[in-house]
Amino acid sequence: MNNDYGLLWEKFTSALIDKNGYKIVLEGLLNTLQIAVIGLLIGIIIGTIIAIIRVMPKYKVFPRILDKICGCYVELFRGTPMMVQLLIGYNVLLPILGISVDSGLPVAIVVFGLNSSAYVSEIMRSGIQSVDAGQLEAGRAVGLSYWTTMFRIVIPQAIKNILPTLGNEFIVLVKETSITGYVATIDLTRAFTKLGSDSMSYVIPYLMLGVAYLIIVLLISWSVRTLEKKLKKSER
Amino acid sequence: MENKVVLSVQKLSKHFGDNQVLKGVNLDIRQGDKIVIVGASGCGKSTFLRCLNCLEDPTGGHIYFDGEDLADMKVDINVHRQKIGMVFQNFNLFNNLTVLQNVTLAPIIIAKKKIRKIKTKNFLTKIGNFFTREKAPLLEINQTIEEIKAQANAKAMELLKKIGLEEKANAYPSTLSGGQKQRIAIVRALAMEPEIMLFDEPTSALDPEMVGEVLNVMTDLAKSGMTMVIVTHEMGFAKNVANRVLFMDEGVIKEEASPEEFFGNPKNERLKDFLSKVL
Repeated sequence: MNNDYGLLWEKFTSALIDKNGYKIVLEGLLNTLQIAVIGLLIGIIIGTIIAIIRVMPKYKVFPRILDKICGCYVELFRGTPMMVQLLIGYNVLLPILGISVDSGLPVAIVVFGLNSSAYVSEIMRSGIQSVDAGQLEAGRAVGLSYWTTMFRIVIPQAIKNILPTLGNEFIVLVKETSITGYVATIDLTRAFTKLGSDSMSYVIPYLMLGVAYLIIVLLISWSVRTLEKKLKKSER
Repeated sequence: MENKVVLSVQKLSKHFGDNQVLKGVNLDIRQGDKIVIVGASGCGKSTFLRCLNCLEDPTGGHIYFDGEDLADMKVDINVHRQKIGMVFQNFNLFNNLTVLQNVTLAPIIIAKKKIRKIKTKNFLTKIGNFFTREKAPLLEINQTIEEIKAQANAKAMELLKKIGLEEKANAYPSTLSGGQKQRIAIVRALAMEPEIMLFDEPTSALDPEMVGEVLNVMTDLAKSGMTMVIVTHEMGFAKNVANRVLFMDEGVIKEEASPEEFFGNPKNERLKDFLSKVL
C-alpha cells in the first residue's frame, strides 16, 4: 500500500498542470454543465407543454388522445434508466438513422433533455394545480385564450411554487452526467479518470472529482435559494 | 320605447352529472338594465351568471349576444368575452402582475393580436400581388405597439384615478386590502370597454367595513349607464340601484319585478319566506 500522499499529490499536480491535464478537466466541466443546463432547458420547455396538455379540460376527443400520448411518453422515460436510454440512443438509434458523430455529446444532451422533460412535466403539473383555479378563470373572462392565460398568468406563478423542486431536478441532472462517459463524451468524471490513469493513481483524482461535484451542487442550491428570495420580494 | 336587448337567454339549462342546476332559464337583458339576482345559496344563481360568459358551458338552451349564440361551441368565445366584463367573489387579480399590468394585460395582448393578424394578411396580399397585375390594397396599421401600450396605460391610470387608487399602480395584489382588490378587479373588467358587466357576489368575501367602498364604485358605474347583472346578498343595494330584481329558486326564475314591487309586495311563497329571513 502506498500511503505517501505527498507523492500522490505531486503526481496529481504534475498530471494536471505539466501534462496539460487541466485542459481536459476544463473540457469535462464545460461538457457536464452544457449537458445539464441545455438538458434542463429542453426539459422545462417540453415538460411545460406536456403539463399544460395534461391539465387541459378534456371535453373533446383530441385533447384526450394527446393526454394519452403524453402519459405514455412520461411513463416510457421514467420507466427506464437514463443509462439505458443513453446506450440505446448512441448504439441503436444513431446507426439506424445513419448519423455518425465524433462525440456522444449531442446524444447526451438530447437524452438528458427528453428524460428530464418527463420529470419536469410532473413537477410542472403539480405546480399548475397549486395555482388557484380563479386565476385561469379571470384570464379567460377578460377574453384571453387558454394558452395565453396559461403562459402569462398560471405558469409564472407555478414556476415560483416549484422552484425548489426544479433546482432539485437540476442537481440530479448535473450528477447524472457522470454516466455520459459511456457514450464517448468527455465529462467531469471521464476527465478525472484520465488524470488518474495519466498519474498512475486514482486516489487524489477521484477525491478531487467528488469535491468538484460538491462545489457545483452547492453553487446551484445557493443560486436557487437566492432566486427564490428575489422572486418572493418582487411580490411584496 | 324599450332599449335594445344586449343579451338574450333562452331555455338555458345546466347540469353537473346528474345534478340539474338550471332548468330552463329565460331572460332578456336590455341596454342599461341593472338586474340583481337573489336567492338562497345553491339555487343556481352563480352558475347562471357563469353560464352567461360560458365559464360554465351550458348543457342546453341559447345565449344570444352580438348576433351569435354563445352556447354554440363553434363560436369564438374569446372575442365575445372581451365585451362581457366579469367580477368574481374572490377578486382573482393576477398575483404575478402589478395593479397596472393587471388592468392593461388583456387590452394590450388583444390589440397586439389584431395587428399581427393584419400583418399576416398584408403579407399574403403582397405575395398575391406579386403574381397578379392588379395590385390589391394593403390594410393599414394605424398604431404601433408602443402607442397601444401608452394608450392602455393612460386609460388604466385614468380608471384607477377614478377609484382613487392611482398610487397603487405599481403595487402587487398581495399588498392590497380586499376592498382595493375588488375595485381594481372592476377596473380591470372596465378597461376592456365591455357592453355588459357581470358581478358574482362581489362583496361576499369582504370585511364589512370594505363593502361600502366597492358598492360605491358599482353605484357610480350603474349611474353611468352600464348594463349590469349582479348576484348579491346586499338587499339595500338591490333596492337602490336595480331596475329589475329576480328571485331564483330550484334552477328557474321564480319571480321578477321592480325593486319596489319585489320587496314591498312579493307574490311567490318561497320569496316571502326568503325575504323574511334576510331583511
